[in-house]
Amino acid sequence: MNLTLRIWRQADASADGEMRTYQVSGISPDMSFLEMLDTLNETLTERGEEPVAFDHDCREGICGACGMVINGRAHGPERTTTCQLHMRHFSDGDTIDVEPWRAAAFPVVRDLVVDRGAFDRVIGAGGYITAPTGSAPEAHATAVPKPAADTAFSHAECIGCGACVAACPNGSAMLFTSAKVNHLNVLPQGAPERESRVLGMVEQMDAESFGGCTLTGECATACPKGIPLSSIAAMNREYLRAATRKRGA
Amino acid sequence: MAASGKQYSDYTTGDPLADTKAPGGPVEQRWSRRRFEAKLVNPANRRKHTVIVVGTGLAGGSAGATLAEAGYRVVQFCYQDSPRRAHSVAAQGGINAAKNYRNDGDSVHRLFYDTVKGGDFRSRESNVHRLAEISTQIIDQCVAQGVPFAREYGGLLDTRSFGGVQVSRTFYARGQTGQQLLLGAYQALSRQIAAGRVEMHPRTEMLDLVVIDGRARGIVARDLLTGRIDTYFADAVVLATGGYGNVFHLSTNAKNSNATAVWRAHRRGAWFGNPCFTQIHPTCIPRSGDHQSKLTLMSESLRNDGRIWVPKAPGDDRAPQDIPEEERDYYLERLYPSFGNLVPRDIASRAAKNVCDEGRGVGPGGQGVYLDFADALTRMGRAAVEEKYGNLFEMYARITAEDPYTRPMRIYPAIHYTMGGLWVDYDLMTTVPGLFAIGEANFSDHGANRLGASALMQGLADGYFVLPATLGDYLARHPHQEADPDHPAVHEAVSAVTGRLEALLSADGDRTAESFHRDLGQLMWDECGMSRTEEGLRKALERIPELRAEFWRRVRVPGRGRAFNQALEKAHRIADHLELAELMCLDALHRTESCGGHFRAESRTPDGEAARKDDEFAYVAAWEFTGVGEPPVLHKEALHFEYVHPTQRSYT
Repeated sequence: MNLTLRIWRQADASADGEMRTYQVSGISPDMSFLEMLDTLNETLTERGEEPVAFDHDCREGICGACGMVINGRAHGPERTTTCQLHMRHFSDGDTIDVEPWRAAAFPVVRDLVVDRGAFDRVIGAGGYITAPTGSAPEAHATAVPKPAADTAFSHAECIGCGACVAACPNGSAMLFTSAKVNHLNVLPQGAPERESRVLGMVEQMDAESFGGCTLTGECATACPKGIPLSSIAAMNREYLRAATRKRGA
Repeated sequence: MAASGKQYSDYTTGDPLADTKAPGGPVEQRWSRRRFEAKLVNPANRRKHTVIVVGTGLAGGSAGATLAEAGYRVVQFCYQDSPRRAHSVAAQGGINAAKNYRNDGDSVHRLFYDTVKGGDFRSRESNVHRLAEISTQIIDQCVAQGVPFAREYGGLLDTRSFGGVQVSRTFYARGQTGQQLLLGAYQALSRQIAAGRVEMHPRTEMLDLVVIDGRARGIVARDLLTGRIDTYFADAVVLATGGYGNVFHLSTNAKNSNATAVWRAHRRGAWFGNPCFTQIHPTCIPRSGDHQSKLTLMSESLRNDGRIWVPKAPGDDRAPQDIPEEERDYYLERLYPSFGNLVPRDIASRAAKNVCDEGRGVGPGGQGVYLDFADALTRMGRAAVEEKYGNLFEMYARITAEDPYTRPMRIYPAIHYTMGGLWVDYDLMTTVPGLFAIGEANFSDHGANRLGASALMQGLADGYFVLPATLGDYLARHPHQEADPDHPAVHEAVSAVTGRLEALLSADGDRTAESFHRDLGQLMWDECGMSRTEEGLRKALERIPELRAEFWRRVRVPGRGRAFNQALEKAHRIADHLELAELMCLDALHRTESCGGHFRAESRTPDGEAARKDDEFAYVAAWEFTGVGEPPVLHKEALHFEYVHPTQRSYT
C-alpha cells in the first residue's frame, strides 16, 4: 500500500505545531498502525530528519501508552488501541490525518506525545483501597458475589489511555474517573472508603483542566476497553449519595 | 565503550561464591529465621533513610508502596509516562499460590517442589521455599486491595491449571491478571505519592549507578522530556527493571523494555547470574513479515483447553479443517501422555520447533503449529469458552484477521522471559552492597526454566514481602550518612553517561539503531535461542563484537541530547544490548549441559530431551565484568538439594 500521511509536528510544549505531509510506500496490510509509523521513522532517520515522536510500549493493547487521533477519531476507525489497529482497515492511496490527543488537560509534549499526568493525580486522590502490606485478612474471609466481582472487573479493564478525554467535545474525564470509582465501590473491600473515594476523585478531576460532562457519549464509543456510558451514571449516583451523606453527617 | 575490536577469547574462573545470608536449618523455618535475625530500623529513624526504586512494575510498584508505608523516604523512577504502564501490565494468565482451595493435594511444599523441578534443579531451595510460603499472603494482599480476581457463583475465588503442574493453583482475572495486579500495586503506590511519601519521577530513565566507597549510593538518570541529566542519592538502590528479552529484538516484551539499568549495574560491580537462562514461550502469534516490531503472547492458560497439533505428513498445506483427524499429530499428547498439552514451556517450545524443523509446521514459512479449540467448543459451548478466553480470542482475531472460533489458532514460540539477571543473595542484595535487585531483574527463583504464573508471584513476593524485610537489615547496619555530591565517583558516572550520549549523537553514520537491533536479534535467535551449539555460539561470539564496532561507527541518531529524543533513548538501549548479548552467548557456551530453557544440542538424552550434567553444572554462574571485550571472571555458587532430589525431569 502507498499512503499519504498528514502528521502533527510540534517541537515541544511551547512551540507552535503544524500538520506536515509524508509519503509512505510498501505498507503491508498486516502491519499495525505503529509499525507503519516505524517504517516512516526509519526513513526519516536515515535521511537525518527527526522521527515522529509517539508514545507506545506493550503493543498488545494493554499498557495504554499509545494513542493518537486518526482521521478525527481517537485510536482510529476500529474500537481498539492504536497499536492494535492494522493497516488492512485502510486502502491503498488513502490520505490519513494523525494528530495527538487534543485536550486542555493533556498538553502536547512533542508531536503526538501528550502529558497524561492528570490521570495519575485523579487516582492518587482516592482511586485505591487502603490496605497496607501485611494487614490483609485471609482472601476467602469475605465472599464477593460474582455479579459484583464481574462489575468490578469490567470497570477495572480501563487502561488509562485517555481516548475518552480525546473523543469528548468537552475534554471531560468522567468515563476514566467513573471506571475506577465503580471498580472499587462495588467491592466489599472498597466499602469503607466509598464516599471519600468518589468525592476526592471528582474534586481532583475538577481541579485539573478537564471539561464538564454533557453526556454526549463519545467517550464510551471511543473506549478501546468498552467501559460503558452507564458507568458515568453509576458514578453520579455514588457522588450524590456521598455528598448527601457528608452533608447529613 | 566504543569500537573495541577485541573479542571474548575466553573467561577466567574466580573464587567460588557463597550466599552468606542464607539461613540454615529446616527449609520451612529459614525465612522466619532470617526475618527474626534481621536487624530492624526504628520507625522514627526510617524517614531519615532514602531508598531509590527504579521501575514500577509488580516488583518495583509493590516495593515502593510498601517501603513508603513502612516510613522510608522513597524516590522512584520509571521510563513510562505513568507507573501504571510498566510491562507487568501485559502478563495474561495468572498468579500461583498454594492456597489449596481446590482440595486437590496442593501445599506449600508441593509448590516448592514443582518450582524446583520445573526450574530443572538450577535454583536455590531456600529461595523457592520462601516464594511458595509467601504465595498465599500475596493473594490475601491483592484481594484486600480490590484486585478483581475471577470468582465462582458462591463468591469464592476461582483457579485454573498451568503448565508443569497437576493441581489447580493459578488465580486469574480473565486474561488480564498482570494488569489487575499491577493496578493494585500502582494504586497503593499512588496513595503514597499523593501522601508525599514517594517522590515519583515518570519519564526518567536510569543510565548509570553511582557507587561511592564500595556502596551503591545513587543513580544517574535522564529526564526523557528535557534530556537533562541528574544525579539522585540514597542510602540504598533497588533495581526492579525487568528482564532483558529485548536483546532478541523480537520478543513479547514491551518495545521499550531494556537492560540498561542491570547492565550498567553489572559494569559497576554487580555480578550477573546465569545470563543464558532465557525462556521461550510456546504460545505466541507467529510473525507475519519483516516489518514485525514485536511478538504477541497468547496466554499459556489456553493450553488448558486447546489441543496442539500439526499434520502428520510434512508439507501438508491443506486448510486445517480439511485435514482429517487420523492425519493429525497431537504431538504433545502423544509424547507426554500424563501432562499432554500442559508440559512446561521449554518442552512445549522445543517440541514445536522439532515438528517445524521436520517440515510439518503450518502457516507462512511453516513456522507455526495449531492450537485447536474445536473439542473445547463442543464440550463447553461457545459461551463458556468466551467467558474464559474471550479477550485472547479477540486479540488473536484482531492481529491475524482469522477467527479462532472456527479455525484453529496458529502459534509459535517466542522469547518471553529471562530467568537470568543480577546475582543476589538471600536478602536480594547484589554483589554491590546497598544495591538490590527484585523481580525479573534478579536471577533468583526460577532456575533454568520458569513455570507459568510464577513471574507475577515472584515479583510481588519480592516487592511486598521479601525486600521490605531484608532491606531494613542493611539500612540498620549502615546508619544514614549524606552522600558527597562532589565525590569523584559521581563526576565519573555523570561524565560517562554524557560521553556515551554524545558519542551516539555525533556518530553521524548511515544506519538506524533499529537496523542493528534487528541484526543482533536475528543472530541471537539463531545461535542463542531454542537450541544452542558450540559452533553457533562461537560464531555469535565472533560476530557480536564486529556488530558492536559497526554500530558505534555507523549509527545515526538525529536530534539533540537536551530534548525529548526517542531515537537517542533507543540507540542507548541497543548499545547496551550489544554488550549483554556477548555475555549471554559466553554463558551458554560455557554451560555444555542442557537444562530447562538452555538446550545444548550436544547434551541430550537418547530420546532427545535435555540432559543435565549435575556433577559438572549444579551451580549458579555469576559473571564479573572486567571490561568490554575482556574475558569476564566466572564465580560459581554451588547448589545443594536437600529436599528435592535432582532427577531427569519426566513429564511423560
